[in-house]
Amino acid sequence: MTDFNHVIERLKTNRLWRFPGGVHPEDNKQLSNQVAIERPPLADVLYIPLKQHIGDQGHCIVSEGDHVLKGQALTTTYHPYAVPVHAPTSGTISHIGEHVSAHPSGLTEASITLVPDGLDEWCQLQPHADYMSMDKLKLIEILCDAGISGMGGAGFPTHIKANSRKTIEFLIINGIECEPYITSDDRLMREYAWQIRQGMDILQHIIQPKAVVVAIEDNKPEAIEAMQIACNQKPDCHIVSVPTVYPAGGEKQLIQVLTGREVPGDGLPEDIGTVMFNVGTCFAVADAVCNGKPLIERVVTLTGGGIKQPKNVWAMLGTPVSHLVEYAGLLAPQEEESTIIMGGPMMGFTVGNPLMPVVKITNCLLVPEPNELRQGDNERPCIRCSACADACPASLLPQQLYWHAKAKEYDKAQSYNLFDCIECGACAYVCPSDIPLVQYYRQAKSAIRNERDEKNKAEKAKARFEARKARLDAEKQEREERHRKAAEARLAAAKAKTASADNTASQVEQKSKSAAAAAAIARAKAKKAQQQADVATHTDTPAVDTATTEDARKAKVAAAVARAKAKKAQQTETAHNADAPAADTATTEEARKAKVAAAVARAKAKKAQSKESHFVEEKPAEDKKKKAEAQPDDNVQEDKKARVAAAVEKAKAKARQRAQARQKEQGAEE
Amino acid sequence: MMKLRVSSSPHQRITRDTGAVMRLVMYAAIPGLLAQAWFFGWGVLIQLVLAITICVASEALILTVRKKPVYFALTDYSAVLTGWLIAVSIPPLLPWWMTFIGCAFAIIVAKQLYGGLGFNLFNPAMVGYVVLLISFPAAMTQWTPTTSQNMIQPDFADALHIIFTGFTVSGHDIEQLRFTVDGTTSATPLDYVKTALTQGNTYSESLAHSTFSGGFFDAAGAGWGWVSLAYLAGGLVLLQQRVISWHIPMSLLGGVFVTSLILHMTNGDIFGSPLFHLLNGAVMIGAFFIATDPVSASTTPKGRIIFGAAIGFWVVIIRVFGGYPDALAFSVLILNMAVPLIDYYTQPRTYGHRAKRQSVEQK
Amino acid sequence: MTIVTALLTLGILALIFGAILGFAGVRFKVEGDPLVEQIDAVLPQTQCGQCGYPGCKPYAEAIANGDEINKCPPGGEATIKKLADLMGVEAKPLDAAHGQEDVKKVAFIREDECIGCTKCIVACPVDAIVGAAKQMHTVISDECTGCDLCVDPCPVDCIDMVPVDQTTGSWDWKLPQSGKGDIAIKVVQ
Repeated sequence: MTDFNHVIERLKTNRLWRFPGGVHPEDNKQLSNQVAIERPPLADVLYIPLKQHIGDQGHCIVSEGDHVLKGQALTTTYHPYAVPVHAPTSGTISHIGEHVSAHPSGLTEASITLVPDGLDEWCQLQPHADYMSMDKLKLIEILCDAGISGMGGAGFPTHIKANSRKTIEFLIINGIECEPYITSDDRLMREYAWQIRQGMDILQHIIQPKAVVVAIEDNKPEAIEAMQIACNQKPDCHIVSVPTVYPAGGEKQLIQVLTGREVPGDGLPEDIGTVMFNVGTCFAVADAVCNGKPLIERVVTLTGGGIKQPKNVWAMLGTPVSHLVEYAGLLAPQEEESTIIMGGPMMGFTVGNPLMPVVKITNCLLVPEPNELRQGDNERPCIRCSACADACPASLLPQQLYWHAKAKEYDKAQSYNLFDCIECGACAYVCPSDIPLVQYYRQAKSAIRNERDEKNKAEKAKARFEARKARLDAEKQEREERHRKAAEARLAAAKAKTASADNTASQVEQKSKSAAAAAAIARAKAKKAQQQADVATHTDTPAVDTATTEDARKAKVAAAVARAKAKKAQQTETAHNADAPAADTATTEEARKAKVAAAVARAKAKKAQSKESHFVEEKPAEDKKKKAEAQPDDNVQEDKKARVAAAVEKAKAKARQRAQARQKEQGAEE
Repeated sequence: MMKLRVSSSPHQRITRDTGAVMRLVMYAAIPGLLAQAWFFGWGVLIQLVLAITICVASEALILTVRKKPVYFALTDYSAVLTGWLIAVSIPPLLPWWMTFIGCAFAIIVAKQLYGGLGFNLFNPAMVGYVVLLISFPAAMTQWTPTTSQNMIQPDFADALHIIFTGFTVSGHDIEQLRFTVDGTTSATPLDYVKTALTQGNTYSESLAHSTFSGGFFDAAGAGWGWVSLAYLAGGLVLLQQRVISWHIPMSLLGGVFVTSLILHMTNGDIFGSPLFHLLNGAVMIGAFFIATDPVSASTTPKGRIIFGAAIGFWVVIIRVFGGYPDALAFSVLILNMAVPLIDYYTQPRTYGHRAKRQSVEQK
Repeated sequence: MTIVTALLTLGILALIFGAILGFAGVRFKVEGDPLVEQIDAVLPQTQCGQCGYPGCKPYAEAIANGDEINKCPPGGEATIKKLADLMGVEAKPLDAAHGQEDVKKVAFIREDECIGCTKCIVACPVDAIVGAAKQMHTVISDECTGCDLCVDPCPVDCIDMVPVDQTTGSWDWKLPQSGKGDIAIKVVQ
């Protein structure tokens, strides 16, 4: 690892390292970086996904119909990797449910739909101007509560990064913005350099790094100047102009360029003493601490040849893409097919639904003209030119990865470090055969992930199955053991009896014998009692009372036998009596025997019933629905009753069907 | 509702596709081609048309048989380039049917039977060339002298006639055409030196022959030196355009230079100078246009250096110690075989990982 | 005499090489997992019993003893292919007698209809259903293997097999088809 002082020396003289590969696409930044950031009118509806970052989503703490104020938290969480989302403006929650998320798949995710009331009324804010005197943990908590996650692209929760336990040498502020077209960070640095600096101060206070490095690509001279002015009284702060190469803004690549260090394959930047934040994140940090404002809006670049007035706007999180695009003006008529890219042309994804919302990581909406971006969709065979390998910033072998991914040889693909691919797209950009390399890698990665999940699941299922089997086996063994012991005891008791009858002297027998004798007595008593009793609820009492385990168990067996006999007698009587004991306390042996008895009884009862109530079985589950529809204002209790009734009827109908099939069997049992 | 297209990133690509790459290579080969035509007559251009036609036709035929989109595959221009390279490698007045065999073999066997573009293990043009060289060794060494030294200078009609019938319009055959102005049968500079050395002459004595008059640096054969320089110029354009990387050409030329220099320094009487080896035969075109064929060359940066240097080494070794006067095609094919091995052991270190192949070998 | 010498020499050589081979065979023996374990690792562990054996392990044992490899509908073609590779036999289509390959599903109990009979709990091979007698039951969907075994015992038919929805987390980057190339990346909405 490169020495700290050496790195500082080189940063001062602007002798940077470089990463292998990289490409030089036309940056097209002048399209949108000429005008100041605007504020578009409020959208009619905002769709706020509960999860806008890497990690877990929080729990919703508002409900449909609630009125919320601007900046009010909508979710909460105890999970360390989750950050809340907030209401971007005041209004009413109209719906909580699935809505298309800002994801390349266009699948839905849990979202909150907010209809703004147009008042834009803030909730109570808590500014902390004296952050320098505040506790680190308190500040981290503020960052978390403000919902701040990385705004450069990945969306990693900022409070986690800021809460590093390792010694941090370099706090790197990423103002590279290497993707073509995007200028949101550029404009932000030009117009809000001072607030970004405040954010840097706060992060510096939390992290206590040895040095702060602000890295800006050399195609943004105005931003560099602005940041230099903002930071000119800040010692240990280096504003570094980085040569323009895509993807210099990648976290790993920028660390390599600035420090000559590489993040280990299985590690994090903090492992090599660096931590990196985007300038947008710094801005949000300052907003959260100094103004108490949570993250509810961000700068979004609206650009591309298909847009009338390319520019940057402050977009509320949750604003639908269509609203912003229409605000900036679409050149193509509505009927014509167009492409909207969320993010840049290299790593962004196409928007499949115009109602897709802007989220915390959305930095750009790119609407190219039909022929503005060359889209190769004529995939040709790979000619092994290895232009991809020359362009790869991670020194991977894209070609080998491609062969293996294509052949679905995933373990081989992994052995070529597939998961070190950052999906920057440089390989596919240079490929003369128009092979969608990144797409192959993504598919391979997701296939590997899914396979791994499945494997884990199968393993878990196997473990659970085996655990269950072991348990059942143990139970069976235990039961057999018990049977055996009971048989032994019985034998012993019989012997004892004969022995005591024959010669009265030998009393020094084993305890088990006396226990067995006791059990025998209990059993006899129980039998007597049972035979006299004609109500089933009596069955439990006598056996359970006797305390000592061995005794109790034996007594139980006896009691069960007695009960079975009692039931036999009862069976001629009413059916619902039989139901009651069966479902009572369910200790294994007892319950099962009772169940058998109960089932037999029930079957009989049903036989009887079926004669009188033939129509009952015709009532399917719709019955319940009909009822519910007919009486919509029924209280829950009644509804439940009806449902229970329906279920019971269904059960009866089904049971009868089965009972008919099994009648012969049961007859034999009787 | 808007109509939206969905696609996968990156949404932007460079405009240089496979066809454009192949065309650029051919444009860069034009100076060399013109120089060859200038020094060796119309035959070069006739062979070019012939070879490209045969290659494209063979490709189309096989693609049809394999039920692949013909036009789409032909527009990658790889077959055209293969034909071009064969045409400039063979003697300009080679009978048409030999050209046919070489080209058809290159495309059908060496390329398409291996799976088509991208799957061929060996450089198709060099396979075609070597098949001809082994099958028709005499015809393949029948290079006519440069036009300035020709006793009989065949014009366009003569060249056409001799390629297709074996005789010029005036009835001369190839052997007669090979007589130089000083009455000897012509040979390529490499061939001449090789023969002279076996006859007991020294290297410097053999350079005195007319084959080398009109050349430059003494060591370059008449015409041959200029052709090599023309290919060098074209190759530098390719480098400048980043169509090829510097690794293979530079290491190949370096390999030739170092190997021949060492030999020349050990015994200047029997081993040619580095310039002799660099400026004669197929080294220049080989370094920039043949060995750089992406499909059959090594793909890693280190691997490409090894690949190029080893070809350079082999070229000199075979030229000096082997039976053939020139050896670029053999060297390229030999190293084509070694490519998988080279690639495997020269993989670059992935960002954030330590050893190169550790992860694989551990498994 | 020469013949005897030649035979002797050859015989001795044969012995020596045989000994070397034998030694190498013992010394460099590659220890593999026992076959049954390997097969079991390939099987999907749904424990559904559709193969006719009470669980995946017994079926793995059966395969090791020569049973057909195409009796596992939950694993489907992919599992058959892996088994074929492992066993060195031809892959064959799924035996329809044991069921059809289906999308991945999990059991779902319509809880307000459940009467708490515990029959599904008893049937579940992986203990993925919780509940008590006369209490509503529910399926731990993370643990459910989709084996279907709980559906039949339910007296009120309140268990549905619901296909597992694709989420943004499990999405496999399959964009709609375009026609050209192996990975199609274009679509017009």
